[in-house]
Amino acid sequence: MSLPLAALGEFGDAVQFLFQSRESQAGGAEVGGAQIWGLVLDHLRLSAVALLAAIAVAVPAGLVLGHTGRFGFLAINLSNVGRAVPTLALVAFLVAFLGVGFWNVTFALVLLAIPPILTNTYTGVRQVDPEMVDAARGQGMTGAQVLGRVELPLALPLLTDGVRISTVNVIATATLAPLAGASSLGDPIVSFGVYGDTGRLAGSLLVAALAIGADAGIAALRRALTPRGLRLTAST
Amino acid sequence: MTASATAHPEGPSAFPQAAALSFREATKVYDPAAEPAVDRLSLEVPAGEICVLVGPSGSGKTTAMRLVNRMIELTSGDILLDGVSVREREPAELRRHIGYAIQQIGLFPHRTVAENIATVPRLLGWPEDRIRARVEELLAIIDLDPEEMRHRYPAQLSGGQRQRVGVARAIAADPPLLLMDEPFGAIDPITRERLQNEFLRLQREIRKTVVFVTHDIDEAIKMGDRIAVLRAGGVLAQYAPPEQLLLAPADDFVADFVGADRGLKRLALERVRDVRLWHAPAVRAGAPAAAARDELERAEVGYALLVDDAGRPRGWLAPADLGGDAVPAGPGSPVLLIDRADTVRDALSRLLQEEVAYGVVVDDDGVLDGVLSIELIEDFLRAEGRRAAEAPVR
Repeated sequence: MSLPLAALGEFGDAVQFLFQSRESQAGGAEVGGAQIWGLVLDHLRLSAVALLAAIAVAVPAGLVLGHTGRFGFLAINLSNVGRAVPTLALVAFLVAFLGVGFWNVTFALVLLAIPPILTNTYTGVRQVDPEMVDAARGQGMTGAQVLGRVELPLALPLLTDGVRISTVNVIATATLAPLAGASSLGDPIVSFGVYGDTGRLAGSLLVAALAIGADAGIAALRRALTPRGLRLTAST
Repeated sequence: MTASATAHPEGPSAFPQAAALSFREATKVYDPAAEPAVDRLSLEVPAGEICVLVGPSGSGKTTAMRLVNRMIELTSGDILLDGVSVREREPAELRRHIGYAIQQIGLFPHRTVAENIATVPRLLGWPEDRIRARVEELLAIIDLDPEEMRHRYPAQLSGGQRQRVGVARAIAADPPLLLMDEPFGAIDPITRERLQNEFLRLQREIRKTVVFVTHDIDEAIKMGDRIAVLRAGGVLAQYAPPEQLLLAPADDFVADFVGADRGLKRLALERVRDVRLWHAPAVRAGAPAAAARDELERAEVGYALLVDDAGRPRGWLAPADLGGDAVPAGPGSPVLLIDRADTVRDALSRLLQEEVAYGVVVDDDGVLDGVLSIELIEDFLRAEGRRAAEAPVR
């Protein structure tokens, strides 16, 4: 296996790093191989917790804001502000309140993930044809029924798009975790002294693969979640 | 008949068939500085009748309709449904007992035809098998094949089919009152005409009280048992049956709104059977020609009609054709047949189009009834006009 990989030069070396552990650059501990797959799990856990928390906050907020139509400017502006703040700065800022470690990074990632989900959920609900909402109310649906039976299903495609954007952002940004003392695939990227060039490249490859995979997975989920009647509309 | 304040899951019979609707000084003011949207509107709609609210934009016709199911809240005054104020009922609960169909239809695109129709029964908590039976029944009523249509989505329907599903959804829970806001507005004229006729046919069966909003006076005249003409500021200009509206507009605004061609519009409301027809001598082949010549002398029409044994007209015979001893077997000149049940407008249009002086009016069996001419239609209109001039105007 090492021979054809060697032909790929540094790239092949990085791939090999993923499957074979070696002594660290600084000597002592073994890095690569099984060790790096442990980091993948850390990375995924961190990203998943942050995303689920962001969804739990942003989806209900976006639904309610979109349904009432009030405070829309708040949703949009908060989101824009959120996008402007660099996550790295946030991590540093949060050290003062949460110290360093898993929760510091998670919290920063939640704040990163909320804006796209919030904005898209809000927009998804707002773009539902007002006549449709009028018809739903006129049939005797309560506000909650209009939201649950009409607005939410029709907002699902856009909502899922928001989750997709946030997922890619979070997976990419979770590489900052080691700076706040949490473990992730950022380790081989940040700790050059331990992993060397090969480890850094291997870590980057893995992060990219995870982001692309998640993106494709959620795109498939979006297709599954889009109500059949809507897919027909889009095709005609 | 009493208004049901709660759902009765036992069966549609638990609902009143139709409710009497009463506007009592109903008023909606959005901006106290501006004129009201609806201004002290008072009118009674008897149970089972179609009341059309018609007027130019800004006349508050849609607002007035939406006050009924509290999609818009009254500022003052009241609206009673079978004597019970709509103010006393929960809006969502009230709306489940009032059918609602709007121009854009608002079918839910993510739900099938069957699910759309089942919306209100489901909200009312009907059991599933009853909902399914009702959906089947309604699909049959609106002439859509249940097998084929049940699982379709709105995107897979034509405009006319969507409209029908919208109406089916509105009457699904057998509400005693139906609100329709320009329900046939966004549809091509041919389909619209067909849907209007279908709805009138349906209405003859279900006999709901209907509030129907339109800006189209022709549609109002066609659909309405009574028409409320509203003017800017939500003021009622006239409330009357269509004939009355056309014969005796209350003022210049109404006269203007119903149009300068209101005489012609009236013709669309009248049937040929209501016109006093001329008598033409009916002769049978082989009968003595002398008697026919005698009769022709006294008749209002200068020609005789050759009829078959059943009395069905076959052709016109000129006096010259009756010169012999017996009435000839034909063929005679072709006749323009007009059904007694046709509208006078259609009859007039055919007389003009065929460029003939006389139309031969027949009954359902095709048997000769009389002769119609443009002159007779003129007389008819004049007589109607005189009657209207003498009738009290509100």
